[in-house]
Amino acid sequence: MSDNNRLGVFKTYKLYVGGKFPRSESGRVYEVTTKTSAAGTAGKGQWLANAPQSSRKDARDAVVAARKAFGGWSGATAYNRGQVLYRVAEMLEGRKEQFVREVAASEGLSKSKAAAAVDAAIDRWVWYAGWTDKIGQIAGGANPVAGPFFNLSTPEPTGVVAVLAPQKSSFLGLVSVIAPVIATGNTAVVIASADAPLPALSLGEVLATSDVPGGVVNILSGVTAEIAAPLAAHQDVNAIDLTGADAELAKELEIAAADNLKRVLRPQPVDTDGASDSEDWLASPGTHRLTAFLETKTVWHPTGALGAAGSSY
Amino acid sequence: MASAFEYAPAPESRSVVDIAPSYGLFIDGEFTEAADGKVFKTVSPSSEEVLSEVAQAGTADVDRAVKAARKAFEKWSALPGSERAKYLFRIARIIQERSRELAVLETLDNGKPIKETRDADLPLVAAHFFYYAGWADKLDHAGYGANPRPLGVAGQVIPWNFPLLMLAWKIAPALATGNTVVLKPAETTPLSALFFADICRQAGLPKGVVNILTGYGDAGEALVTHPDVNKVAFTGSTAVGKAIARSVAGTDKKVTLELGGKGANIVFDDAPIDQAVEGIVTGIFFNQGQVCCAGSRLLVQESVQDEVLDALKRRLSTLRLGDPLDKNTDIGAINSAEQLARITSLVETGEAEGAERWSAPCELPSSGYWFAPTLFTNVTQAHTVARDEIFGPVLSVLSFRTPDEAVAKANNSQYGLSAGIWTEKGSRILAVANKLRAGVVWANTFNKFDPTSPFGGYKESGFGREGGRHGLEAYLDVR
Repeated sequence: MSDNNRLGVFKTYKLYVGGKFPRSESGRVYEVTTKTSAAGTAGKGQWLANAPQSSRKDARDAVVAARKAFGGWSGATAYNRGQVLYRVAEMLEGRKEQFVREVAASEGLSKSKAAAAVDAAIDRWVWYAGWTDKIGQIAGGANPVAGPFFNLSTPEPTGVVAVLAPQKSSFLGLVSVIAPVIATGNTAVVIASADAPLPALSLGEVLATSDVPGGVVNILSGVTAEIAAPLAAHQDVNAIDLTGADAELAKELEIAAADNLKRVLRPQPVDTDGASDSEDWLASPGTHRLTAFLETKTVWHPTGALGAAGSSY
Repeated sequence: MASAFEYAPAPESRSVVDIAPSYGLFIDGEFTEAADGKVFKTVSPSSEEVLSEVAQAGTADVDRAVKAARKAFEKWSALPGSERAKYLFRIARIIQERSRELAVLETLDNGKPIKETRDADLPLVAAHFFYYAGWADKLDHAGYGANPRPLGVAGQVIPWNFPLLMLAWKIAPALATGNTVVLKPAETTPLSALFFADICRQAGLPKGVVNILTGYGDAGEALVTHPDVNKVAFTGSTAVGKAIARSVAGTDKKVTLELGGKGANIVFDDAPIDQAVEGIVTGIFFNQGQVCCAGSRLLVQESVQDEVLDALKRRLSTLRLGDPLDKNTDIGAINSAEQLARITSLVETGEAEGAERWSAPCELPSSGYWFAPTLFTNVTQAHTVARDEIFGPVLSVLSFRTPDEAVAKANNSQYGLSAGIWTEKGSRILAVANKLRAGVVWANTFNKFDPTSPFGGYKESGFGREGGRHGLEAYLDVR
């Protein structure tokens, strides 16, 4: 690619909060290394970068940013959100090679397998981009009540959603949990895979250049439990996706989430090696991740009657 | 003023209902005593007369009922939907046939006016079973994938404000989708659920498909925490709802919660005032205000505040409070001494905090639990009576100047169950409805319900929807 003698320029990976790229307010970083699949090599991967290690304060700042963005994003037309999401896919397509490199190093995948994951991730953005102006028709509709009333149910975003991205699938899994949350108009505070946060932090750079308003997606890296605990207990978070939590952490967080009755999407049952994301991210995702963070609002109005005798309305 | 119209008493006959001196738990198709032999009394809130003595379920009974439901689940869930449908249609029809009896029973046990049980509760109960009966063999087309599966045993805990209607909201969708149920009615209103058990027998429903456990909160807790329960459905207080949400953490149990509310009823200056006043009355005085979706906060635009309040007070002065069995009664009894104490205490807090109290001039009967229709003015958003759910005939009145302010005040609540909008301007209705964070928005009407119409809350009013196609999801394994 480049001259072998040229010294490369490293990237300082930073958080993505409120459309900006801050370091952790704590000043902490942690080492991110390559993942190798050979036995006995755990923890002996090659150094990739120092990622920010987010604090509770970073988590709270991200919630403030997400709340601030909620009105505008949820109030945007579904068509507009679809175009913005599609734009994300366009931007990703152009930076495919970077993501393939990061995914291969982060997940210990061959280049071809990493490329397949990135392709699938881009296609998933496109899939969800198309859902923004259709989910309302699938999940809502007119109700034939037994009386002279107009009665309509409409799905609405629940608000700020904390998302624990899958630990293993650092990019396809990540995209598969973010896109459905924001497609319906929610805003998100995302905790990247603890060991493989680089694709997530790079995704922030893509979102920043894709017309996604600042604060709609906020991405934090660090120790999952440390960031998730204040989010699960936060009174201004409306829902939490526990995909990236192991069984023990998921239970703790679900208990904390009950305090303001957050909507909780539980993780899939654990697989044999104890890691939490046993989901097959290549499989067709269905609509449940879209509907998990929707509220149904039902509006009634009398229909009255027309006629010479006068109308009731 | 009270003597403007004299009404002759017009009581509905009690003789249409035959209440036995004692009732057992309904487990596996049989009425049975509690394992430890405990019983409790249920009284008529309007007279404090003991109506009957019912078995008090304990942990052992919960376990027995869950086992019966588990055993029944295999065959019930394997039954073709069209067969399950016919059982539910039978139940709907028997409820229609027995609705006069059930209305009187409900009024006796709950204290609400016969006008309401006869014209609202019972028709809605039958309609709910009729509606979900039709879904049982059409689940493939409900939008939850092909051949969606039931969850298993549903543990259901319901409140005392609409005893039989809440039972219908829980049991009808559960059975239609192929689940079996263990249901615990509230301790102050156990009777209609026990009569429903008899209806299940008349309908020939297989044993164990529906089990009814009368008892207190400890039985409810044992039920929702039972390890062999797959689905928990609860309607009641937000505090208990949160405890349930904690207790199911880390399990596979699916949960739906329908909890408290502090609904804002917003009256704009261009509203049809007379109709709005009727809507305000329906919103907060229907069922003595013991309604989770009650319009307990009146937000009235400043320019019409005096006019609305004058009309409202005039209207409240004509409400007839008294014998719930009397067909002319508008306001019945508060459900229990405990609830009356809670309402009284919150109203005292309201006065102590400086809100101005006005109560309708009506004579309260000497026995039973009663509270006169009451409203508070000079209420700020920080007042307890503007924030806490009172669950009684008490309206807090706040004012606003602009639509934005109305929306902000309406949404300034931990709850998000219901809201009302009164205006003649269509675009304003739609704009405001869009911005309200509430599960049900009634525009130029209030407190309307229908089996086809999804009901449930935002925020701390709970999650999940009951009614309509949406209501099926709560009982299906849709992941």
